[in-house]
Amino acid sequence: MNQGELHFERSPENTLTINVSGDWKITDALPSSDDLMKEIDAEVPPQRIIFDTRALGGWDSGLLTFLVRLKHHCSGKYTTIDFGGLPKGVQRLLDLSSVVPERKEVRRESVRVSLLTHISQVEGNIWHSILETLSFIGEVSVSFFRLFTGKARFRRSDFMLVLEESGVDALPIVSLISFLVGLILAFVGSIQLKMFGAQIFIADLVGIAMTRAMGAIMVGIIMAGRTGAAFAARIGTMQVNEEIDALRTSGISPVEFLVLPRIIAMTLMLPLLTLYADLMGMLGGLVVSVTGFGIGMNEYFQETKDSVAMANIWVGLFSSFVFGIIVSLTGCLRGMQCGRSASAVGDATTSAVVTSIVGIVIATAIITILCDALGI
Amino acid sequence: MMEQNNSTARTPEPHIIVRDLTMAYGENVVQKDITFTVNKGDIFIIMGGSGCGKSTLLRLMIGLKEPAKGEVLYGDVNLWSLTPDERERFMRNFGILYQSGALWSSMTLAENISLPLEQYTDLSPARIDEIVSLKLSLVGLAGFEDYYPSELSGGMKKRAGLARAMAFDPDILFFDEPSAGLDPVSSKLLDDLILELRESLGTTIVIVTHELASIFAIGNNSVFLDADTKTMIASGDPKKLLVECKNPTVQSFLNRGRPGGCRYDENEAEQHSAGPGST
Repeated sequence: MNQGELHFERSPENTLTINVSGDWKITDALPSSDDLMKEIDAEVPPQRIIFDTRALGGWDSGLLTFLVRLKHHCSGKYTTIDFGGLPKGVQRLLDLSSVVPERKEVRRESVRVSLLTHISQVEGNIWHSILETLSFIGEVSVSFFRLFTGKARFRRSDFMLVLEESGVDALPIVSLISFLVGLILAFVGSIQLKMFGAQIFIADLVGIAMTRAMGAIMVGIIMAGRTGAAFAARIGTMQVNEEIDALRTSGISPVEFLVLPRIIAMTLMLPLLTLYADLMGMLGGLVVSVTGFGIGMNEYFQETKDSVAMANIWVGLFSSFVFGIIVSLTGCLRGMQCGRSASAVGDATTSAVVTSIVGIVIATAIITILCDALGI
Repeated sequence: MMEQNNSTARTPEPHIIVRDLTMAYGENVVQKDITFTVNKGDIFIIMGGSGCGKSTLLRLMIGLKEPAKGEVLYGDVNLWSLTPDERERFMRNFGILYQSGALWSSMTLAENISLPLEQYTDLSPARIDEIVSLKLSLVGLAGFEDYYPSELSGGMKKRAGLARAMAFDPDILFFDEPSAGLDPVSSKLLDDLILELRESLGTTIVIVTHELASIFAIGNNSVFLDADTKTMIASGDPKKLLVECKNPTVQSFLNRGRPGGCRYDENEAEQHSAGPGST
């Protein structure tokens, strides 16, 4: 392999002969063209440029990029270039590269945006997002109304599948997380309670915490990360594949067909999963109490039964019902808002999870304040 | 990498040899006993009816799917006897245009083309930018550097995919259904571009297609896969196959299912391949 070389020589007739020799490939170190460009920009520029390629070896885009650079450098100047001395293939590719002239109007220039403009754009985006969310909630409400009047259409088999995905399929992860949360609550509580010899109240702590808040919150978060994200990804992918458009043009409302069964399934399943999570959490507390603090199983059961009022369970179930609506609605909304690219599906999924978790925390705060105000 | 090769009158020199190839999905054999040679500078067509295994054969040739039996030789290198790492390195010699374009949707066109160059070369950002501009201008997309694939039409995506496939100036370009989803004018422009690349650079081009206009306009060698017999039933120049091949399946395919054998008219084919946009 010969190193690519670049020489030039000006004749008395003011013609610049560029001698290109050796291999000119993109992966090789190519000679600098700075001196050549200076020669072209000299006080008396050359009238014509010709090429001598008799010693040229292998070539590829390395040579072509040099020639395109030279062409751009000479455009609009006194100097003309005669590409006739170049190999035929090079000439054809140079012709091809200029056969469709660049459309200047399509090129994007980076525009500096002022802070005020940026703030106004952000504000506009927030309003747009709020309006879109409200419109979606409105559409879902109308679909529910149509469902109650027997006009909404979705497939029973789809609904059963979503019911399974949002319920039975989530049992293993809900079991694990809830058991561990009960276990952690018991351990953390025991540190303080042991100081007063009141280990038996671990049962109260775990029972009340799980039924009133932790069970519902943990299930809500698990379902946001698991099923809510899956809703967004699935509906988003359908958006990318134009399946949603196909539903619309077939006269089928995507909200009725895709969103409604998901919202119903998750809103039904979340309270049931929460009850199950409450039990698993209490089981975690029981294991710590029995093995770590010598509390009998009957004793623990009796203490839990005495301390956990039905009001706690109802608050937990109500919370989980609300979380079910938040997670399913958010997952479906983000899926429906998804753009038409793979990255948009990723963004929709992330946004669904983040929005759901934020929604769960805000809803928990509101429910807690309301319960306090109502004395529940 | 491409060498200077501007001669149109070429002496056949084997570039890819497919020998005694069997391809299967589990127990299900798709095609067997496939043997053919692609010469340097050929525009080689893999043709056959829908579902006969054309795209699967392409996947075997580019190292994405392992054959059940047989070998794919590039010169004296057997692709499937290489270690996975060696094969991955070897695959950089190929440029591949996928059916959908397969552009990375989260990147601009410039980023799509520059990514492999950034990953596998030490080129400066300025030189990479020059190469990106050159490749885009070669496919008629100068100025679209900052566009995302989702902002382009189907034909533009195909051309951008071709620009990315050419990023490394490969010896061999593979095309999977390049005309699929394109209007006749765009399809003709793509055919012209493929011809130009072969003529200018001497690139070997392998195309999976069942577009008759393209097959006759640009192909100079081919293999015909049959779904019923699960093997190749013809090979050679498609224009000659149309005239000389006696196999009824091949005749039916090349004559668009019209009964009565060969009805190929060279003038008609030329007009057809020129497309309605040409003068």
